[in-house]
Amino acid sequence: MDKFTVLSAVAAALPEANIDTDKIIPARFLKTTRRTGLGKHAFDSMRYLPDGSENPDFVLNKQPWRQAEILVTYDNLGCGSSREHAPWALLDFGIRCVIAPSFADIFFNNCFKNGILPIRLPREVCDALMADAAMGSNAKLTVDLPRQVVIRPDGQEVPFEIDPFRKHMLLEGLDDIGQTLKHEGEIETFESSVAKELPWMPKISFD
Amino acid sequence: MAPRTLFDKIWDHHVVETLPDGTSILYIDRHLLHEVTSPQAFEGLRLAGRRLRHPEMTVAVVDHNVPTSDRTQPIEEPESRNQIETLERNVKEFGVPYIPLLSANQGIVHVVGPEQGISLPGMTIVCGDSHTSTHGAMGALAFGIGTSEVEHVMATQTILQRPAKNMRVTVEGTLGAGVSAKDVMLAIIGHIGTAGGTGHVIEFAGSAIRGLDMAGRMTICNMSIEAGARAGLVAPDDVTFEYVRGRPFAPKGDDFEKAVAYWRTLSSDEGAHFDTEVTLRAEDIAPSLTWGTSPETVLPITATVPDPAQEPDEAKRVQMQRMLDYMGLEAGQKIAGTPVDVVFIGSCTNSRIEDLRAAAEVAAGRKVADGVRAMIVPGSGLVKRQAEEEGLDKIFLDAGFEWREAGCSMCLGMNPDRLTPGQRCASTSNRNFEGRQGPGGRTHLLSPAMAAAAAVTGCLTDVRELA
Repeated sequence: MDKFTVLSAVAAALPEANIDTDKIIPARFLKTTRRTGLGKHAFDSMRYLPDGSENPDFVLNKQPWRQAEILVTYDNLGCGSSREHAPWALLDFGIRCVIAPSFADIFFNNCFKNGILPIRLPREVCDALMADAAMGSNAKLTVDLPRQVVIRPDGQEVPFEIDPFRKHMLLEGLDDIGQTLKHEGEIETFESSVAKELPWMPKISFD
Repeated sequence: MAPRTLFDKIWDHHVVETLPDGTSILYIDRHLLHEVTSPQAFEGLRLAGRRLRHPEMTVAVVDHNVPTSDRTQPIEEPESRNQIETLERNVKEFGVPYIPLLSANQGIVHVVGPEQGISLPGMTIVCGDSHTSTHGAMGALAFGIGTSEVEHVMATQTILQRPAKNMRVTVEGTLGAGVSAKDVMLAIIGHIGTAGGTGHVIEFAGSAIRGLDMAGRMTICNMSIEAGARAGLVAPDDVTFEYVRGRPFAPKGDDFEKAVAYWRTLSSDEGAHFDTEVTLRAEDIAPSLTWGTSPETVLPITATVPDPAQEPDEAKRVQMQRMLDYMGLEAGQKIAGTPVDVVFIGSCTNSRIEDLRAAAEVAAGRKVADGVRAMIVPGSGLVKRQAEEEGLDKIFLDAGFEWREAGCSMCLGMNPDRLTPGQRCASTSNRNFEGRQGPGGRTHLLSPAMAAAAAVTGCLTDVRELA
């Protein structure tokens, strides 16, 4: 996973609440067995017209937002399915940071696992960032993870919260599994104590 | 010890270790796999040279991609076939118990888990599918995870989590005629909204919930995710224990009695703290359905479509109008009487034998309206077989419904069962998002009885009028 430290990039505003994971990546594109290559289908129903051509009115089809690496939306971003294809599609498109007043839980988790930083900021701050985003490449946003601030084009700094563990994992680009396996001894101890306490716990086998 | 909620008890019982920042390593008892969200996780294990820690706590089944028509022919769609064949190779390589497509036990993972006794009270259960919340009806802590977390569970049998907040939704009273668990859950989501449960685990309580059978409780917990919750729970009771008894992977004999003794400790203590409490009266809930493209857009069937002009918030007003345009509805029109093209009875929300009985009761002696395509998709091969033993298939076929094989089917439009643009569907599934059932498709979420009523009248109908 790529490290996330400081990102200075064009931001795109999608001023909608409840942007669901079907909207981010429709189910018919989930038939891949890979993590990459989904960027061309990100926001499919908004990005393409029924004949398959690009919708010229959609922000991510316009310059300079085709190069956007930051998305700003309203509440409950990523609601719906647990599909990690949603952050995979965003990442493949080039998005590294998503900013919204609130997120659906699973989507929020899935972002971290892919080096995408989700930031919760109040609605009025999102409104201001959307206004910045509308100014395009003259108004890049800077997301400084070590200092936990979003820096607006006018230099104003907006602080944000993040779990220390998740911050560490993003900054170092670390794999959760490797971290957890350092606790394998504790996992084994736990397993033997449960085996004593609940000896009836069934095992599954179709043989 | 301070009084604890049911969630707290299951959580505490599964914490391996809590890290300094408050993140816990949580032990997982059951890991359910399907073909869509597992291939990248198996590939990750393989690339890192890791083993799958506990195959005997893991089960795989194919459901999302599978056709629900004749299964004796090879799957036509090459990408779907590849995903299924990839799962078959992976379960073989990693030794995971697998229910193949042609097994009578095959079905939707969230129907199969409880049905086989794989999901039991007090367990932690995960699956790369948001509707894993369904298994909460067993009194288990069950939630959906992403594919990176699937790989994490494969490698470590644990997951990294912070504790959720506790919410209790209490429904007291007696449900009226024609009102089912689906209507209760739609009413709850309409009340608290699609982000109402964010960060919470919801425990469903009260006499109306206690009075539900296991299928009804599964319907309720299934759609907890549509209320934004991490999981839904119903405390296990005698209804649960009788459901579990005798299932293939349930404890047997003395072990069953020992298990029940433990399961009886799994309820919220008197005085346990809930961060959020919501109460509904069962008598206030009518047969309900959604009008828009978010599951919170719930109306009683007797109501009219809301008017965006009455909405003060501009962003919401714009979104409501967009929903009306997408759904082809007018503000102020009566929702009842709206013609439908397709009726879909199935999905992990409503495809159990109890759901099919409710639909059959309405369909019996009636005919599917002209021009309507009506599909019944049982949740598993075993549900299908039982329905056939009860003669429900005959009722449906006589009425003009299609009687299909088990799978996710038209719930999510990634197999051949899809809506075409502009088609309106009365659906017992769980999501009405734009394009969910196929690009341009229009979905109204409702109960099996209401769906059957729509099939036989050809329009959205108050099922009580057919009584």
